[in-house]
Amino acid sequence: MRKFRLRVWLWRAGRACVAALCSASAVFAAATPAPFSPTNIFAPDSTPARSIFRISAFVLEITGAIFVVVFSLLAYAVIKYREPKDDDGHEPAQVYGSNQMELAWTVLPVLIVVVLFLSTAQVIHRVQDARAPADALQVTAVGHQFWWEYRYPQYNFSTANELHVPISDPGHAVPTYLGLLSADVDHSFWVPRLAGKTDLIPNHPNTTWIDPHQTGIFLGQCAQFCGTAHANMLLRVYVQSPDDFQSWVHEQEQPAVNDPSTAAGRALFVAKACFACHTIRGTMAAGKVGPDLTHLMSRDTIAAGILPNTPENLRKWIQDPPAMKEGALMPKVDMTDEQLTQITAYLETLK
Amino acid sequence: MAADSIAVPLPRTESRSLLLDWLCTVDHKKIGMMYIVYALIFLVIMGCEAILMRIQLARPESTFLSADAFNRLFTMHGTTGIFFVAMPILIGFGNYFVPLMIGARDMAFPRLNAFSFWMTAFGGILLYASFFTGGSLLHGGDAPAVGWFAYAPLTSPAFSPGHGTDFWNLSLLLAGIGSIGAAVNFIATVLCMRCPGMTLGKMPLFAWMNLVTGGLILVAISPLTAAQLMLMADRFLGGHFFDPAAGGQPVMWMHFFWIFGHPEVYVLIIPSFAFISEVLPVFSRKAIFGYPAMVAATAGIGFVSLGVWAHHLFTVGMPSYGNAFFVLTTMVVAVPTGIKIFNWLATMWGGKIRFATPMLFCIGFLFQFLIGGLTGVMLATAPFDWQLNNSYFVVAHFHYIIVGGILFAIFAAFYYWFPKMTGRMLSEKLGKWHFWIFVLGFHLTFDFMHVPGLLGMPRRVYTYQAGRGWGVWNMISSIGVIFQAAAILIFVYNIVHSYFRGALAGNDPWDAWTLEWATTSPPAEYNFSSVPAVRSRRPLWDIKHPEDPDWKYE
Repeated sequence: MRKFRLRVWLWRAGRACVAALCSASAVFAAATPAPFSPTNIFAPDSTPARSIFRISAFVLEITGAIFVVVFSLLAYAVIKYREPKDDDGHEPAQVYGSNQMELAWTVLPVLIVVVLFLSTAQVIHRVQDARAPADALQVTAVGHQFWWEYRYPQYNFSTANELHVPISDPGHAVPTYLGLLSADVDHSFWVPRLAGKTDLIPNHPNTTWIDPHQTGIFLGQCAQFCGTAHANMLLRVYVQSPDDFQSWVHEQEQPAVNDPSTAAGRALFVAKACFACHTIRGTMAAGKVGPDLTHLMSRDTIAAGILPNTPENLRKWIQDPPAMKEGALMPKVDMTDEQLTQITAYLETLK
Repeated sequence: MAADSIAVPLPRTESRSLLLDWLCTVDHKKIGMMYIVYALIFLVIMGCEAILMRIQLARPESTFLSADAFNRLFTMHGTTGIFFVAMPILIGFGNYFVPLMIGARDMAFPRLNAFSFWMTAFGGILLYASFFTGGSLLHGGDAPAVGWFAYAPLTSPAFSPGHGTDFWNLSLLLAGIGSIGAAVNFIATVLCMRCPGMTLGKMPLFAWMNLVTGGLILVAISPLTAAQLMLMADRFLGGHFFDPAAGGQPVMWMHFFWIFGHPEVYVLIIPSFAFISEVLPVFSRKAIFGYPAMVAATAGIGFVSLGVWAHHLFTVGMPSYGNAFFVLTTMVVAVPTGIKIFNWLATMWGGKIRFATPMLFCIGFLFQFLIGGLTGVMLATAPFDWQLNNSYFVVAHFHYIIVGGILFAIFAAFYYWFPKMTGRMLSEKLGKWHFWIFVLGFHLTFDFMHVPGLLGMPRRVYTYQAGRGWGVWNMISSIGVIFQAAAILIFVYNIVHSYFRGALAGNDPWDAWTLEWATTSPPAEYNFSSVPAVRSRRPLWDIKHPEDPDWKYE
């Protein structure tokens, strides 16, 4: 009777597990709005991320099966071979080994390794050796302590922290190829739903590619420890329809707006030496150390994605950057309240 | 036999004080104990560092710690754990028991042994001196904040002003010299000091595995030492090894570091295998299954582990065939590792398992090492690693190996050999509390730590944004630390209490089979009153079962 109940219980538990697994994989497969997290690696939305997802699922199945088998053996041994309470004190039969068994549990794992290796090598080749088609978008991403610079060599402008790329639908594939450089220390470019991570290392140019299949904002962040503010070096990728992307490019290509009503702020930008680090195209500011501010107000965030780009945040940031983001390299510059207002007003015209 | 079971006090030279006796000792047992106590102190310190970090990470956008303080803490936690907890504690047990198990009276080079210990000891003290230099103690003084693998060029004077990096560099250089000394000693001892009758094929697996570890340390530490000398040249002498502005190669540091760093993992896990391979048979009441296969698998792991280092570098942009090569070598490690797990299972199979505390920790080890090994296979799959590398999944994976595997094996060793080292038993009751609370805390912390990694959380972040879906998992991980800390307190209390008040152990409390149980507990300075001679791998089995000795079958 007890045995029977146990069997029913086991059967029910097994059925519940299978159901849970199925619904979990259904959630992963549906994956349209990323479940659980905007950076879920199991919600891929670009070819490299999908290839990775498929091989990962395969490896998870194989390792899961190995776990079930070995764990069952362990559990069985622990339960079955416990020393009985009324033990007679005799030692159990001493078995020293068996060549057949050693051979079996050597050959079987070797076969599994061969299968895993071949399927992995195939994916490595497919993702890593893919060649850029002629009409691919080229972007050079440069890692800085603690922000991202994006250069668009085909269009001759550069922007910061928010990467804009066109959607790449199956009918008209427009992948984006990213050259990865570093201006200082090691960084790593990781937007989990679009691709695996690739490091940005000084003196070691790398590339990666993405071809997002739907529009929207994809998040990520620097994945190689790069110093004090490593945790606050966030990544935002804006995937746009071809038309939206073209109009964004057109906007970015323009020189900065010159609004005479903010001339005081503009003069301060020079007087306070901001120009030494920042570029504003169309003015004398051509610094390369900090982000290009030509179209600052076209961006949703400042400080590498940690603050919404509002006038209050901008003002607070200029007032004391390291207070807003510990370790930020932009120094605190002495300014009166009036000067702060003027310079913020000037920056707000840079649409 | 009965008279032997009363502990014989260590003979003490009259003219020396107790303190001087320990400071000047060249006795392998005292040196082993010093390694172990030293490592236990650092275990508590690194645990405190972990507690601070888990408080900070329990919730998103927490302001408990500053960024610099957090970055210093994870650097110190990692560096301490590898170099000043795991290595010394494993070397300590090896030091104590290799000579006893092979029937020797000491290590081959007793003075080198003392020298090695003190180098390691000074290394750890130097590293921690960094907290008391530089700015305020509250923010970590001038402790290094470059991560335990200290990637260039973050370590250059331009990006790491102050002396934090120099403390890291010099202290590991010292500890490395100590480790090399210990390795030389292990190899010489195992090869030259075995008692009559003990051929290589009749050595306990413990001795075999320490021999392989010694070989690995010898080969693996040297590249780290070389790289550290280059780093020192860069920092003090205007060198350009890793300086990109002058054509130096930061990638070269990565290769140098990991050709040390990966074999290092095996330097830690193989002695843990050694503990399991001694404890598990005794509490299963059976001889180890497949002894020659275990030796071959250990040597195999040792060799293959020298060719897997670049699996830490799948994201640095190696060519596709380079990545594929390291996928293959890394996956191949799974084969000898699997052989070991199956042999341990076969040892338990058909035995009469006694669930004393050492055995509980062995079973915990098997279960967790299995999972840690399988997540290792996932990480070896380069494309999967492109997502998982440097994420919290990796942090969970290697803590599964280091805590769930290595530390569990160390606990098994403590409960098993403490009676031999002190003459007194550890409390079984407290031991079981320790085991179950630690298992609970371990699984709360590290099982749930895999999830934020899968959800895109990188390691080494002192803060994270709300809205990423990471908060709840981090909170659970942090709660688990409470249980782990409680278990460690029980353990420390158990050690201190049992050292003074524990039940007397006698020579052979576990009814075991290797030579260390043939002498008194604790052993006299000369180990054995007469050098033993053996005919099999389990000399005490032969004595206890003259009608059915092992040597008939080996």
